[in-house]
Amino acid sequence: MNKIVSKQRFSENVTKLVVEAPLIAKARRAGHFVIVRCGEKGERIPLTIADSDPAAGTITLVIQAVGDSTRKICALEPGEFLTDVVGPLGQATRIENYGTVLCCGGGVGVAPLLPIIRAMKEAGNRVVSVLAGRTKDLIILEDEVRASSDDVIIMTDDGSYGTKGLVTAGVEEVIKREKVDKVVTIGPAIMMKFVSLLTKKYKVPTEASLNAIMVDGTGMCGACRVSVGGKTRFVCVEGPEFDAHEIDFDELLMRLKM
Amino acid sequence: MENYNESRNEAWREQLRKSKTAKERNNIARVEMPQLDPAYRITCNEEVNQGINAEQAVLEATRCLDCPNPQCVTGCPVGINIPKFIKNIERGEFAQAAATLKETSSLPAVCGRVCPQEKQCESKCIRLKMNQPAVAIGYLERFAADWQRNNTEQEVPPMKPANGIKVAVIGSGPSGLSFAGDMAKQGFDVTVFEALHEIGGVLKYGIPEFRLPNSIVDYEIEGLRKMGVKFEKDVLVGKTITYDDLHEQGFKGVFVGSGAGFPRFMDIPGENLIGVMSSNEYLTRINLMSAGRGGDTPVMQGETIAVIGGGNTAMDSTRTALRMGAKRVILVYRRSEEEMPARREEVGHAKEEGVEFMTLHNPIEYIGDEKGHIKAMRIQRMELGEPDASGRRSPVPVEGAIEEIPVDIVIVAVGVSPNQLIPRSIEGLDVSRRNTIVVNEETMQSNIGDLYAGGDIVRGGATVILAMGDGRRAAQNMAKQLLGE
Repeated sequence: MNKIVSKQRFSENVTKLVVEAPLIAKARRAGHFVIVRCGEKGERIPLTIADSDPAAGTITLVIQAVGDSTRKICALEPGEFLTDVVGPLGQATRIENYGTVLCCGGGVGVAPLLPIIRAMKEAGNRVVSVLAGRTKDLIILEDEVRASSDDVIIMTDDGSYGTKGLVTAGVEEVIKREKVDKVVTIGPAIMMKFVSLLTKKYKVPTEASLNAIMVDGTGMCGACRVSVGGKTRFVCVEGPEFDAHEIDFDELLMRLKM
Repeated sequence: MENYNESRNEAWREQLRKSKTAKERNNIARVEMPQLDPAYRITCNEEVNQGINAEQAVLEATRCLDCPNPQCVTGCPVGINIPKFIKNIERGEFAQAAATLKETSSLPAVCGRVCPQEKQCESKCIRLKMNQPAVAIGYLERFAADWQRNNTEQEVPPMKPANGIKVAVIGSGPSGLSFAGDMAKQGFDVTVFEALHEIGGVLKYGIPEFRLPNSIVDYEIEGLRKMGVKFEKDVLVGKTITYDDLHEQGFKGVFVGSGAGFPRFMDIPGENLIGVMSSNEYLTRINLMSAGRGGDTPVMQGETIAVIGGGNTAMDSTRTALRMGAKRVILVYRRSEEEMPARREEVGHAKEEGVEFMTLHNPIEYIGDEKGHIKAMRIQRMELGEPDASGRRSPVPVEGAIEEIPVDIVIVAVGVSPNQLIPRSIEGLDVSRRNTIVVNEETMQSNIGDLYAGGDIVRGGATVILAMGDGRRAAQNMAKQLLGE
């Protein structure tokens, strides 16, 4: 049982929860995720850790309500409990000084991107962040991202904030104006697919974080398998980040529909 | 053997032996296990084998000749004193029969249900040499354990005084539980760490309730709690806490029983289509997450379901599919029925329930529809060739004999590989190429002195009872090491 310490609503469907999990807060690194369960019959839901406070013993999760289970989790109030939180799971992001790193996040994907932005900045990189959302309300954690980025570009589909256009336009603008050594992208699979196609064109090494469907999160079931470089890999154990140019995004998009 | 003879020489045993002639004992027919009717049982999740009653148990126990040199005990991986518990049943001392089981087995009600007795204790029974069916040791074991659970308060077995030494167990499956029970009896302070949100490992997520009800597993776990064993759920050693953290917390010995986590696939075209999944995924969703039975977790349903493989997990998957409402369930196995690793009883149950067997067939490709969902499988007919390394005749394709069968779901049950999470997280640990932890087979000790391992993380894929035997041996040896004996 893990207590909800605080809660913030980013938009109608996106909620931030700060949750007591002292061991995970201490052990987690950028890129790790947890599996949470709400209720005795609850589903196991993978969520990337957005932040942690080892001193307070808490982790921060940002949840988008897309189904019954995520809606239930978003409805929890401070003082209430998640039934289970297990982690940190997956492989941590490889953080090194690449030079210039472009971090590109779409929608709720900005939440798991934030710790990577911070870690990349701390490692001495120049960090350019591109945040994208359908509309102004769906751009989250902008202040936090700005605090650890050298430059921030915001793209909205409807032009209600930042520049009107798709995320790829923002990414291309940066790649054209300066040398980018590494791209990290987290967001909807379709977004990552197009970012990947673009950076492949410009030959910029790119990591994509895949939030495939997972059940147990420890490699036991294989529900989260994805083809990378023609080989089947398990996202929960070997991921969640893979070389974006090697990922079979079409198969992933198909499997996400199940 | 000394131990077995000692109890055999007790006065009551001698009297009991003399109370009937061998001929009288030989004339009793082996008891039949009462079962639920197949047509009814596929509509629910109730346990298929109903268990024998007291009268049947006493009569079956009478079939045991209480031989002077009992071979059955050599077939038991945990060394249960089989004649002693059986003779206690014969004289009506059911509680003492159960206590005898508990001397060496932490999970008798589980073993009485899922052990392959026909390959172990029963395969050594003297009556087989007399061309008669073996004594139904497994049924008797189950009877004694069930009788105790249903008729007495759960008691703590005799335990040595606490010695204050902390030991950690990684994984709460059969090897970990067996280890935990034995160490607790020896006076150790035992904590079991489990990654999932339920205690029991494969006994919960893998074996379906129609073979092993969860309430029985929970009862055994409750017994361990009463012995002082602590359980920590949602802790993944190597991730949530490290092996070094365990030392910092004062643990002097660690037993790894983390199981065989990774499902194998066959690496054939179409295996990543929607509707093709591992048996681990299918069974976990249903058994652990109650998918389709009131849980929030979804599970795919389909009219025609094919299960690939010939082991117990394959049988469990076919029978679960029937219970989830599939109209047609096909088992596809590349060898013949004779080579199937599944227990005969499970094969029989699956057939009675209407599973179609396509033996000597092997899938070579899955075909999807425009939405990426599987719609058919291409199956290659096989024939048996020369025996392979495992001694089984290896199947070879019959040229041109390929057919296409429409299916909605395919469940792949062709085995598992060890879960690499824990071995990978412990620096310097000797791990084989197959990702199993390398141990001394006698002691179960790894190349790291305070780390022992057993069950599928060592064997790669075995049975509940072999895992329990490993846990028991590891406990004996770790206890000796830690107590400086």
